Amino acid sequence: MASKGVIFDIKKFAVHDGPGIRTTIFFKGCPMDCWWCHNPESHSTEPETITRQIFTGSSSKACYERKELIGKEITLEEAMDEIMKDQVFYEISNGGVTFSGGEPLLQSEFLLAILKKSKENNLHTTLDTSGCASSDTIKEISDFVDLFLYDMKLVDEKKHKKYTGKSNNTIKQNLKMLTKAGQKVIIRIPIIPTINDSIDDIKQIGEFLSKLKIVRVELLPFHKIGEDKYKKLNKINRMKDISKPTTEHMRTIKERLEKYGLLVKIEE
Amino acid sequence: MLDRIKRLRDQSRNAIPSLSIERAKLMTEFYKSGAAEKVSIPVARALAFKYLLENKEISINDDELIVGERGPAPKATPTYPEICCHSMQDLDILDSREKISFKVNEETRKLTEEEIIPFWKGRSIRDRIFTEVDYKWIDAYEAGVFTEFLEQRAPGHTVADGKIFVNGFSDYMADIQQSFESIDYDSDPDSLDKRDELRAMEIASAAIMMYAERYVEKGIELAQKEKDPKRKKELKLIAETCTHVPANAPRTFREALQHYWFIHLGVITELNTWDSFNPGRLDQHLYPFYKKEIDEGTLTKEEAKELLQAFWVKFNNQPAPPKVGVTAAESSTYTDFCLINLGGLKEDGTNAVNELSYLILDVIEEMRILQPSSMVQISNKTPEEFLIRALKIIKTGFGQPSIFNIDMIIKEMLRVGKSIEDARNGGTSGCVETGAFGKEAYILTGYFNLMKILEVTLNNGFDPRTKKQIGLRTGNAEKFKTYKDLFDAFEKQVKHFIDIKIKGNNVIEQLWATLLPSPFLSIIIDDCIAKAKDYNAGGARYNTNYIQGVGLGSITDSLSSIKYNVFDEKHLTMKELLEALSTNFEGKEELRQGFLCDTPKYGNDEDYPDALTKDVFELYFNAIDGRPTTKDGHYRVIFLPTTVHVYFGSVVGAMPDGRRATEPLSEGISPVQGSDTKGPTAVLKSASKIDHERTGGTLLNQKFTPSFFATDEGINNIAHLVRGYFKLGGHHIQFNVVSADTLREAQKNPLKYRDLIVRVAGYSDYFINLGPKLQDEIIRRTEHSS
Repeated sequence: MASKGVIFDIKKFAVHDGPGIRTTIFFKGCPMDCWWCHNPESHSTEPETITRQIFTGSSSKACYERKELIGKEITLEEAMDEIMKDQVFYEISNGGVTFSGGEPLLQSEFLLAILKKSKENNLHTTLDTSGCASSDTIKEISDFVDLFLYDMKLVDEKKHKKYTGKSNNTIKQNLKMLTKAGQKVIIRIPIIPTINDSIDDIKQIGEFLSKLKIVRVELLPFHKIGEDKYKKLNKINRMKDISKPTTEHMRTIKERLEKYGLLVKIEE
Repeated sequence: MLDRIKRLRDQSRNAIPSLSIERAKLMTEFYKSGAAEKVSIPVARALAFKYLLENKEISINDDELIVGERGPAPKATPTYPEICCHSMQDLDILDSREKISFKVNEETRKLTEEEIIPFWKGRSIRDRIFTEVDYKWIDAYEAGVFTEFLEQRAPGHTVADGKIFVNGFSDYMADIQQSFESIDYDSDPDSLDKRDELRAMEIASAAIMMYAERYVEKGIELAQKEKDPKRKKELKLIAETCTHVPANAPRTFREALQHYWFIHLGVITELNTWDSFNPGRLDQHLYPFYKKEIDEGTLTKEEAKELLQAFWVKFNNQPAPPKVGVTAAESSTYTDFCLINLGGLKEDGTNAVNELSYLILDVIEEMRILQPSSMVQISNKTPEEFLIRALKIIKTGFGQPSIFNIDMIIKEMLRVGKSIEDARNGGTSGCVETGAFGKEAYILTGYFNLMKILEVTLNNGFDPRTKKQIGLRTGNAEKFKTYKDLFDAFEKQVKHFIDIKIKGNNVIEQLWATLLPSPFLSIIIDDCIAKAKDYNAGGARYNTNYIQGVGLGSITDSLSSIKYNVFDEKHLTMKELLEALSTNFEGKEELRQGFLCDTPKYGNDEDYPDALTKDVFELYFNAIDGRPTTKDGHYRVIFLPTTVHVYFGSVVGAMPDGRRATEPLSEGISPVQGSDTKGPTAVLKSASKIDHERTGGTLLNQKFTPSFFATDEGINNIAHLVRGYFKLGGHHIQFNVVSADTLREAQKNPLKYRDLIVRVAGYSDYFINLGPKLQDEIIRRTEHSS
């Protein structure tokens, strides 16, 4: 069992990644390449260096450049120590720990080890995943996961492949398997204008999800968050001309999905 | 909000603060008359108090339900020349400065120059203090090692308890009589002092009753002239109310408020007590009156609310008395620190939250005025609903109420020997100061600049700013071989300056006890009457002196930087460090960045720096706790800054935490601005590593944007944060819901706002990490939601 993993962030007081007050561990590395990714620094599994500009005065010229390392290797023990620091807050708020990324399943051995340890410590565990992994892997870890935050980007396989670089066949199968097994699953859909927000796209998602037993659907409107990060990482941003969906548009999508008997929430 | 309250609120908010010469003039007249020379000092003080109340203007403002002003009109603020005199230059500054100004008219200027200053020069207690303390004290004071609270304001720092609502001054007269009778003239060497003190209390009691009589007359006079029948009736009711209180215990809700207000005016007219004065646990004291009248149908909830709101305005009409000299620069607020306590526990240990607690929260939310300030006492027995209600007011972004852990506060009081009943009836006042209400004099004696002392330690006792050897010669810092050498030297310097401070306090305290007793305040604080001893001389049941530690975050980060960069990691030598500091990091930006960003910092739940916080805490505690005061009380530690961290920063040069010369220090036990980069839970964990139980209070500020409070779920999470901190033993937490302006400031000055987390899109991130466009969007959103 892997006793080390590569992560790029640990976020305390994470209150949007599952119930209560949580600590979220961001795993580095992702098999997918979504156009809209707002964590481009999470793509590679290796630690990488970025240059950050630090302004030291009110004038934009008073600037100082610092090299910063994104991602670091962490042992299971170190990770657990960090997670357990906020135990008192988990207890009071019925919170716990969330594993996100990147794609945590890409480091499945480390993920399994840390999930087991978390359960030994009676923590509520949440896995934020794209579902892009082998069914065996998902099955194995699912015994130690209390809640899945499961991404659903597109149902159409061709489009999915175009915009994420991966087929979604396994993703769909894995989701079916998890819901059948009675796992608690919240579906998260990023709403990306022109990519997955057409009437047809939403209809397909609605139809697909209506057959599954899920807790609810959360809609995440696209934000131009990554722009700056792409610059820092010297990566190409394919979303330059796309802007944030309007509140009204988000509401329409919500209503469309609700027609399929789904409980839908817009995350701001 | 009712129209009347709107008008009263506007009247108060629009009143322009001015300096009133009335009190100074009357006080000078009295002392010039020679009346004071024929009697003992306490009796003279009581007669002076009586003279003020006999002659000051009586003011009943339009629409008012609760009456009485300290000055002749709302926000006309008196001076206290027997304590300190404003110089002509002070008057110019107060009149012309942009912020916290007080208008000064020609008459005030003329009288000050011709009458007030000439008479009080050398007589005021401030002048006496500066001639009595020794040069070491003066040097340290001028270097900015500590401030002195009692050179300009009286040792107030106390709060009313429930007794004042069940007693009238005729009752106190009877108590005073009884105490007279128990004086043992045969064998008590203090018998004459006791007699004089009791006489003074008797005169002061009669004076406040006479003052209320003047309001009766004024009320009747105005009622006769009044054309509007509704107002006519109200004025008659005002007169009727003042006929009954404060001479007798109040019978109704309205009388209870007016009764308290007379006492409030008495206290703040007698002397300019620090932290003004306040009714303490208002929801508890008023509840019996409220309940009785609601049950009997003589009062509606709406009427109670209107009366409370009219009462609120009275506090806002009394700005903090303007200071003189350097203190005027240190303290920049009109707030006079009345802190209304709500919630908490009853004397039997059960939950004390009642219907009125919620009604008063409604009042706070609607009034949104600077004064009075408010807090909620949260126990593990407090219903969640009450905490949530308070958070919903905090969400609106005006900083009230602050949140306190009453379970911990009770423990703090028990540790120092207070009874469980006195502890449960207590709370906090001012900023965060723990006290047994109605029974304790808990005096803040001055702020203590820990960073200045580290700077002096690094310079072998020499202060680079005033160019004086103010500290001990603890050795050339370049010769220190280990971190322990440095810390030992720092410890010696802290003890040295605490000794100087306490020695000065002893002198100052005795000057107050003999020269400026406060017989009126003594009437209402147990056990001054029974002991026949003045509040300023140790008459209270409990007497505590605090020295307020400032800059715990800054000092930790500085020590951490020296330990880490010089001794552990050897990134540079002490010599190089001292050079960089002496040149204010000139040309050493990279080094400074390393200190700021790559050095372990307090506030991140990391043991390396947090262990040093604990060391500083223990050192400070051991230097102070339990030392005797001249009033038979003890010294205790407390960690609060009010606004002094700005002044203290201005006298300290560049420091190893990466702070440039003259920049502000950290405040309270909050981390250095921007150095906590792991979110609020990590801050709370770090802050709870010091032992709050052995303090008289700690102050912790947390910044949030309104979006965190946007949903019920969000508010629940904040409530959980509070409960978690209190479970870990925290004393107090205050949430600053930041404005769009703050975010703009953060855009310009990101290093200062590294701790600022904002909700982005279904998640939160550090504001400074976001791109400029997204930052702009969040600013727009924040403007929209607040």
